[in-house]
Amino acid sequence: MSTIVLEGVSKRFGDHLATDGVDLVIPDGQFTVFVGPSGCGKTTLLRLIAGLEDIDEGRLLIDGVDMARTPPSARGLAMVFQSYALYPHMSVRGNLGFALKVAGVGKAEIAERVENVARLLDLERLLERRPAALSGGQRQRIAIGRALVREPKAFLFDEPLSNLDAALRAQMRFEIRRLQQDLGITAIYVTHDQAEAMTMADRIVVFRDGRIEQVGTPLEIYRRPANRFVAGFIGSPRMNFLEGAHAEPFGAAAIGIRPEDLVLRAEGGWAATVETVEHLGAEALVHVRLADGLRLVARCPADFAEAPGTGVVFGVAPAAVQRFDAGGLAL
Amino acid sequence: MRSSRKSSVLFTLAAWCAALLVAFPLLWALLASFKTELEAVAVPPSLVWFDWTLENYRAVLSGSDYGAALRNSVLIAGGSSALALGLAIPAAWAMAFAPTARTRGTLLWMLSTKMLPPVGALIPIFLFYRDTGLLDTHLGVILLLAAGNLPIAAWMLYANFREVPAEILEAARMDGASLWQEVAVVLAPMALPGLASTFFLVFTLAWNESFWSLNVTSTDAAPLTAFIAAWSSPQGLFWARLSAASMLAIAPVLVIGWFCQRQLVRGLTFGAVK
Repeated sequence: MSTIVLEGVSKRFGDHLATDGVDLVIPDGQFTVFVGPSGCGKTTLLRLIAGLEDIDEGRLLIDGVDMARTPPSARGLAMVFQSYALYPHMSVRGNLGFALKVAGVGKAEIAERVENVARLLDLERLLERRPAALSGGQRQRIAIGRALVREPKAFLFDEPLSNLDAALRAQMRFEIRRLQQDLGITAIYVTHDQAEAMTMADRIVVFRDGRIEQVGTPLEIYRRPANRFVAGFIGSPRMNFLEGAHAEPFGAAAIGIRPEDLVLRAEGGWAATVETVEHLGAEALVHVRLADGLRLVARCPADFAEAPGTGVVFGVAPAAVQRFDAGGLAL
Repeated sequence: MRSSRKSSVLFTLAAWCAALLVAFPLLWALLASFKTELEAVAVPPSLVWFDWTLENYRAVLSGSDYGAALRNSVLIAGGSSALALGLAIPAAWAMAFAPTARTRGTLLWMLSTKMLPPVGALIPIFLFYRDTGLLDTHLGVILLLAAGNLPIAAWMLYANFREVPAEILEAARMDGASLWQEVAVVLAPMALPGLASTFFLVFTLAWNESFWSLNVTSTDAAPLTAFIAAWSSPQGLFWARLSAASMLAIAPVLVIGWFCQRQLVRGLTFGAVK
């Protein structure tokens, strides 16, 4: 268990500034998720923490020790890669025990620790197989096991579930979270999937263009986004944004309303025409168009039965409206 | 459907004809090596119906320095290939996994050294070798052929290493592997087909090399190419015996090629990523 502190960390690739003076504290034992669109610098920051890239400027403190110039293996961190990165010529046992073997751990201890991790991750039956003979989910579990066997100070996950199908992804999401909670280990998890961030994180760090836009718990970020970018990025379907005359009564340049905060009313709201309805079983996503052409999405009860082309009226509770200034910052 | 089948048959036929054309001199020499000297020069030549004999092989093996030349060829080709690979592996690793802005230029420069006609460097190298005592030594030829084949080895390995997912090497680094362990324990087994094919190609090139071996060797370090060249003048009229000597000169490479075949096509990295 470890606290990781970043102070003014910058990294440049040629003319491109991948991370721009990032200051951040990764608290001990917490599951921190870096989220943001592609190219926002989240993976670069993870690789800087891992030591796979050199930090151009700034300090990286792991348990109070500056490790910005320390080689990856000496940082005591373990990483799970997007592509699993298993050693294809080694058995599962060889993969799990590799780190211990190069560290000079005795054979008996390697065998014991590998068995323990295999039991924990339900890999016992697979120990003698090669990675090529395993499914995506099994490979992912081995990649996690390989990180686990080293008993690292912290786990680093680089989009580890992006190659799995939806059902397996949901299951692995749960398994990784449960494992982290059971072990109480510090974890940093990189993803571009905001749903993954919301469901797994103790704390979310939202990135854009190499900078941190907001840090907070999933609910803080969802309910009180710091700016329009965060408001639009977190939440699915994304937040509805209205500007100009729609926002003026709220004293803002723009307002944002979550789809679930738009409620059907008899009158006294935004008159709109239903365009399409997506029935998801437990609810319905209703896509409507206002008179001025603006499109909105509303999360409605599953029994929503209005046909496309029908007129409806939506209202919103004033407390549910997010207000933004002309620069996009939350008011 | 019908026309595509027809064209595939035509293509197969054309491929066989081309292969036969290319291999014809070799087949001719192979047949001649089993003929008597009289049958070897007979017109019209007989392809199968002649008295098959091993007399030529017996004559070559007993009446010449074939054994010494074979030993020299193995030493020179093996030594120069090992040296070339020993230098090319770290070079290719650096260019494939830690490229800089100049990597591309370096690669092109390495290849450009192959454009230089060897004869241009003959006199300075000959004089240098004469003064340093490297003439007609195994070390002398090994150094020359390793240097000559180094660009090809580095290029081939570079292309091969680029196929290895960098994340696997990064995983090894995270697991605490030293650079040496990363290359020897992780990269080398994954790149084994590429390493084998590179070694085989460089070995074959060194085995077949004749320009330098003819010019810097005479007796002590003369390989098979020099042996055949030297043997062709006194035995020039004995086609069957010369053919047998040629077959004996290429046989080791054919055998190695046969055994390397499986390594050349084996893909070990399947299943490592994605």
